[in-house]
Amino acid sequence: MYWNERIERISREELTEIQNNRFSKMLRRIYHNVPFYRNKFQELDIYPEDIRGIEDISKLPFTTKQDLRDNYPYGLFATDLSQIVRLHASSGTTGKPIVVGYTREDLNNWAEVCARSIVAAGGSSNSVIQIAYGYGLFTGGLGLHYGAERLGASTIPISSGNTDRQIMLMKDFHTTFLACTPSYALFLADALKDQGISPEELDLKSGIFGAEPWSENMRKEIEKKLNISAHNIYGLSEICGPGVASECSCKNGMHIWEDHFYPEIVDPVSLEPLPYGSLGELVFTSITKEGIPLLRYRTRDLTALHNELCECGRTHVRMERVMGRSDDMIIIRGVNVFPSQIEDVLLQIGELEPHYQLVVTREGTLDCLEVQVEVTDNLFSDKIKNLESLANMIRQRLSSVLQISSKVTLVEPRSIPRSEGKAKRVIDKRNY
Amino acid sequence: MISQVSVFLENKPGRLEKVLEILNDNEISLRSISVAETSDYGIFRLILDRPKDAVEKLKEAGFAVKETDVLGLEIDDTKGSMLNAIKELASNQISIEYTYACLPINNDKVIIIVRVDNMEKAKEVLKDSKNCRLLDCDDICFIDK
Repeated sequence: MYWNERIERISREELTEIQNNRFSKMLRRIYHNVPFYRNKFQELDIYPEDIRGIEDISKLPFTTKQDLRDNYPYGLFATDLSQIVRLHASSGTTGKPIVVGYTREDLNNWAEVCARSIVAAGGSSNSVIQIAYGYGLFTGGLGLHYGAERLGASTIPISSGNTDRQIMLMKDFHTTFLACTPSYALFLADALKDQGISPEELDLKSGIFGAEPWSENMRKEIEKKLNISAHNIYGLSEICGPGVASECSCKNGMHIWEDHFYPEIVDPVSLEPLPYGSLGELVFTSITKEGIPLLRYRTRDLTALHNELCECGRTHVRMERVMGRSDDMIIIRGVNVFPSQIEDVLLQIGELEPHYQLVVTREGTLDCLEVQVEVTDNLFSDKIKNLESLANMIRQRLSSVLQISSKVTLVEPRSIPRSEGKAKRVIDKRNY
Repeated sequence: MISQVSVFLENKPGRLEKVLEILNDNEISLRSISVAETSDYGIFRLILDRPKDAVEKLKEAGFAVKETDVLGLEIDDTKGSMLNAIKELASNQISIEYTYACLPINNDKVIIIVRVDNMEKAKEVLKDSKNCRLLDCDDICFIDK
């Protein structure tokens, strides 16, 4: 089943023609409307007319998360704010979030790719779709919401959390399709079991899971415990949100909707483009975006692309599961966490040279973050209650910066291993 | 007032041992000890004959260390004597944060260590007490001499 068969099964030649056409329009848009890009082009002595087609893209500069931060909040927007109908934001490293704006056409395209993704994962206009991704500034909830509505499915905007209610509605509303993070899917499965509800009593048939790394083993577990077909979905708010790529019934990688998002794989160090099949950093150019079109945006996600024709008949290339990050960002419960955010909090409480370590574990099915902080003479108090309120204060500040809860453990000075004078900041003990 | 040395210790085997080893290597004598513990860590509080040296050596070894003033009260080793001393603090609205005892020095005297919320006021209250004698650093250093 397809949502937009003509585009999803388009010949590679026709797809390239569409990409060339959209790419050249995008180049003109960013050259004329975004001073950041115009300056970059002028520094390189490139004019949009010099670029013959998408195959010339490697001549053009990259865009990074830092560029988004430097141009906070609207500096990279290519349209007037009056044309922007939605703003989303994701967590940044230093309190200031990454802001993205959508024109009405951008939202239209986003709903289109999400509808394609849901159909590829087994959904249809007859589905009852429970969207248990967070609604709000995070793109997960609203992105899939409009995709599900576009499709004509019965959409339940329940958002994340409140497991008992999720289960009640899942039963009473006869939910057939679930959208949430894979760890929450497992959490729901365990909660169902605790309540003595077998998956056969439910109407669930399939689901779409993403926003955090997961594995084939987790897929098997979700499929077994919920008795559904589980599909991987990929996205990032800088490019669009969920629906940049999604799995079909072949479950052999996620089809990137290339008529909107042009993918490249580059060597994360040399930044040279790599051929299909090689592992490298995923880079996207959002060729149809009007609000904030990004040129060669470095996702920092490590993966490989495959262009062999998929059995499902879709011609769009597939990306493998994300295998890691080319920087030190970690994703915990779908939230991006940077060690520098923890450092900022410790600096705020008066530590000059904070020593800390993040230990990420998976307890049951949920990711847990433990932040170990070395107690220096400066932080140390003779009173337990002072130490406890110190740990509490750090925990509260972290939770307001990271938007996720953590356990703060005070440890002895110099107890965190240092390598070459620099502490190893992240210990990820999760097994996917 | 006397000086107490507090050391931050993680709850894992060998940490307390390490502190005692450092004190032993530097011939620093213990007068009294107490451990306040939580699930992850504890505060090891010590009354020592040479607190300044202990702080220096423990810091060298990488421990988080603090020197804190506490009250050393010498009381009779008889029924109700601690009660009488504490009553004087309570009746003056002085709150006790923690307390622990030294081993008996001789057959008829005991020392209790007390940390209160208002040290200056407590000193004033107990200065001329009939129920206890307020010790200073020298008393502690001379206990076994």
